[in-house]
Parts: sequence; structure tokens; C-alpha cells
Amino acid sequence: MHVHFLDPYQPRTSPIHAMDGRAKFLLTVAFILTVSLTPMAAWPIYILLFALVLSVEILSALGIWYVLKRALLALPFMLAAFPVIFTVGQTTLFSFSLGAWTLTAHSEGLERFISIAVKSWLSVQAAILMAASTPFPELLQAMRAVGIPRLLVSMFGMMWRYSFVLVDEALRLMRARAARSGQSSQAGAKAGGSVLWRARLTGGMAGSLFLRAFERSDRIYVAMLSRGYDGEVRSVPLPPMTSATWAELLAGLACLGLLLFSGILFWG
Amino acid sequence: MHHSIEVEHLSFSYPDGHPALVDVSLHIAPGEKVALVGPNGAGKSTLVLHLNGILSGDGRVQVCGLEVGEKTLGRVRAAVGLVFQNPDDQLFSPTVYEDVAFGPLYQGLGPEEVAARVAAALSAVSMQPYARRVSHHLSVGEKKRIAIATVLSMTPEVLVLDEPTSGLDPRARRALIHLLCDLPMTMLVSSHDLAMVRELLPRMVIMDEGRIVADGPTQALMQDGRLLEAHGLEIP
Repeated sequence: MHVHFLDPYQPRTSPIHAMDGRAKFLLTVAFILTVSLTPMAAWPIYILLFALVLSVEILSALGIWYVLKRALLALPFMLAAFPVIFTVGQTTLFSFSLGAWTLTAHSEGLERFISIAVKSWLSVQAAILMAASTPFPELLQAMRAVGIPRLLVSMFGMMWRYSFVLVDEALRLMRARAARSGQSSQAGAKAGGSVLWRARLTGGMAGSLFLRAFERSDRIYVAMLSRGYDGEVRSVPLPPMTSATWAELLAGLACLGLLLFSGILFWG
Repeated sequence: MHHSIEVEHLSFSYPDGHPALVDVSLHIAPGEKVALVGPNGAGKSTLVLHLNGILSGDGRVQVCGLEVGEKTLGRVRAAVGLVFQNPDDQLFSPTVYEDVAFGPLYQGLGPEEVAARVAAALSAVSMQPYARRVSHHLSVGEKKRIAIATVLSMTPEVLVLDEPTSGLDPRARRALIHLLCDLPMTMLVSSHDLAMVRELLPRMVIMDEGRIVADGPTQALMQDGRLLEAHGLEIP
């Protein structure tokens, strides 16, 4: 029994998939930076940024729906920004009372909330595009090549590698529990137990999963040491970027820089 | 009078399209002890997981006179005790006692009965002194015995074991064989340990590539070196 749903990579043939991982990584980071540095309520810039990410989605052959559906992941995090509607600004939109409190919504706050929501939605789309069009090992290599600390990169790598093992293990635990979740033939016995008891069991399962992950990490570390690991992660260096990749990278950066500049100039 | 296990024309494919079981039919009478052997990937585990409805394929599976399906899942799982290959999967509670008590507690039995069942199950595997121990710190042989106790406490009619002797040292293996020999219920044991099969299980079913390729008395099949070799097995 194995899980594959964790792996975001979607194999396709497209110019985006074929692009050098380093350029893709840098452009994604630059896009997210641009989005977050663009001033509040710079709507035309948002639309242009959305057009940019949308065209990459079309080019990538992943399907717009695939990316948009996954981007819904950002929704719960947007809720964290919800209170700004009531805490920022002077212009009153409406107010209502909730028990002892009176909440007043402001138009500046609303503007800021929508900006934050749009920004996080755009950033998540860019991250999804990168993860879905680059095999994870290539992404790790790219991160290492552009100077992300090696320890951090190898932690990402381990997390990715062993999350599959851990989820498999959790699934096997749950299967073994299901196999023993029976019904008595005795009259009057109600199967299932109390909610509290089941919660405690689930806690026990989570705990034993944690202990095993902990022990496994020890074993992995010993196996690494026995093959000569000395705390330094080494890897074969990537070939230098081609001039075409440089052109793609610089064009992308220039485009993002222009958008950011005009955003700050007109709305900043 | 019903069979303990009745499987008729069962086929199953995994979601990636790989066929794991192809038209499998198998009948096991009450009290019979049967070995399920075959190379890795032959479909043994897949077949075993059908017996209590964890997987469900095309075909008919009846256990202790109960049709395995959505409605009977609870009764079926109480009737068939499944012991997984890796005891760590089966032991998820903080203490041995709680692990063994899981099945009866889930069934909603009263506290005295649960305590009695746990005591009986632990004594059946000679592990009474371990009740308050932490499952996590036991040896593999001890964990296997506790894993068997966790299903014995449900007083199942059929005991299904997946690779019971794997990873055991000779003494733990010997002790386990004695234990299984003493248990009275119907037994289906999937294993690569043909020496144990010869000693313990009078009937043998050989699977390969999702099909049952031979079914007969263990002594007779063990004589047929060519048959065993053709399906990746060795005469012990």
C-alpha cells in the first residue's frame, strides 16, 4: 500500500516543464516577492500579475482548473486576515453588534483584506506551478545551486522522502485498527466505544507514530554515518545555465520589476 | 453447517490496474489449518485482506456463514482475527493491556468481561506478566505474541496470520509454532516458512500471480519438487 497523492509533480511535456529548475525557482521566488511588495489596492497590477500566472498555467499544460483547484488551499489562511476589515481605517461601511461588542467595518480595511486575499491566492498559484512542473529532486538541486543553505535543503529532501514512509505507516496502523473494530454477537453490546475513548486511542496512535519517526530518524542517521556522512551534504554540481535560460530568467525578472515599479509609482 | 471461509471467483485489481487476484476460489472447513504459500507479490496478502472486508473485489466472500459486505463488516471483523506481518502496525496503544483490550472495548463489552478476555488472551500466549508493559519496548518475538493476543481477545472463529515467523530467532519461532499448534480455531497462515508449514499445517494452498495453482495435502505437495520450484519455493 503506497500513497502517491502527496507528490505534487505532474509529468507533462511543456516549455514550463522543460525549463531549467534554477530559473524556475528564482522566477517563482521573484514573483512571490513582487506580489507581496506591490502596494495595497493596486488592482491593475494585480490583474496583470494574474494574467502572467494564468499564461504560465496555460503554457504548462497542467490545466487551469488543476492549479485553481489546488490554490483553494490558501483559503483557510486568508481567514487570518479577516479581522483587518474591522481594525483598519476610518470610513465606516456598516456596523453591527455581536453580544457586548459593536463591530464596525471600514472600507480601507475591506480594501486591505481583499488585497491580502488576492496576493496570497496569486502566490500560492505560482508555488503550485513550480511544484507541479518540476520533479522534487530537481527542485532540491536548484535550491542548492542558487545558494539556499545546504542543511535546509537536505531537511526538505528528507521530509519529502520520509513523509511517504510515514503516511504509509499511518495507513497500515489504521488498517490494523479497522481489522479489529468488530461487532459483538452479544445482545445489548453497542460497538464503537465512547468518543473520549476513541480520541485517546487516536492520541496513542499519533504518539506511537511520532516515536517511530523519531527512532527511524536515528536509524537513518546511523546508516548515513556508516556510509561516511560528516555533516556536509555533497552533490554533483549542475552544468552552468545556458544563454537561453539566462534570457528567460532576465526577461522574467525585468517583467516583474517593471510591474513592481509601476505599482509603487502609481499606488505606493 | 457452513464453511469457515468460502471464496468464490474472487478477482481484484489495485487502483493502478495491476491485477492482484484472478478468479480465486477457496473453501476452508471449520477447524481446518491451512497454509497459504507463494512468492512475493503472488496475492497472498491481498486475499487475506478480503477475508474481513478491508479490500473488496469482484466475487463472493463468505466467512463463518456471513456474506462479507458493508452491512456485515462489524460481525465479520469480530469473527476473523487478522494478525498482520508487522506487529508494530497492530500495537498502537501505550500499554500491552490497552492493545489487547481494544477489540473487546470496541465491541462495547462490559468491564468485567473485557478484563476476563484480556487475561485469557494473554495467558493463551503466556504473556500475563506483560500486561502493564509498554508495547513499544518489547522484542519482536514478544510483540508477535501480543499481536496474536490482541485478536484472541475478540474470540474469533477464524485466525488469519500473515508471515507469523518472519524476523523471529529460532527459539521465538519454536515457541510461536507451539502456540499456534495449541490454538483450536480455524487457521489460515500465509508464510514463506515451509518448515513451519510442514510441521503445523496439514493443508497447503500455493498462489502465484494472483491465482491458486495448487491446493492439497501438505505432505503430497511437498514431494513435488518441480511444482514448488516452478512457483519460487524450496523444499525445506
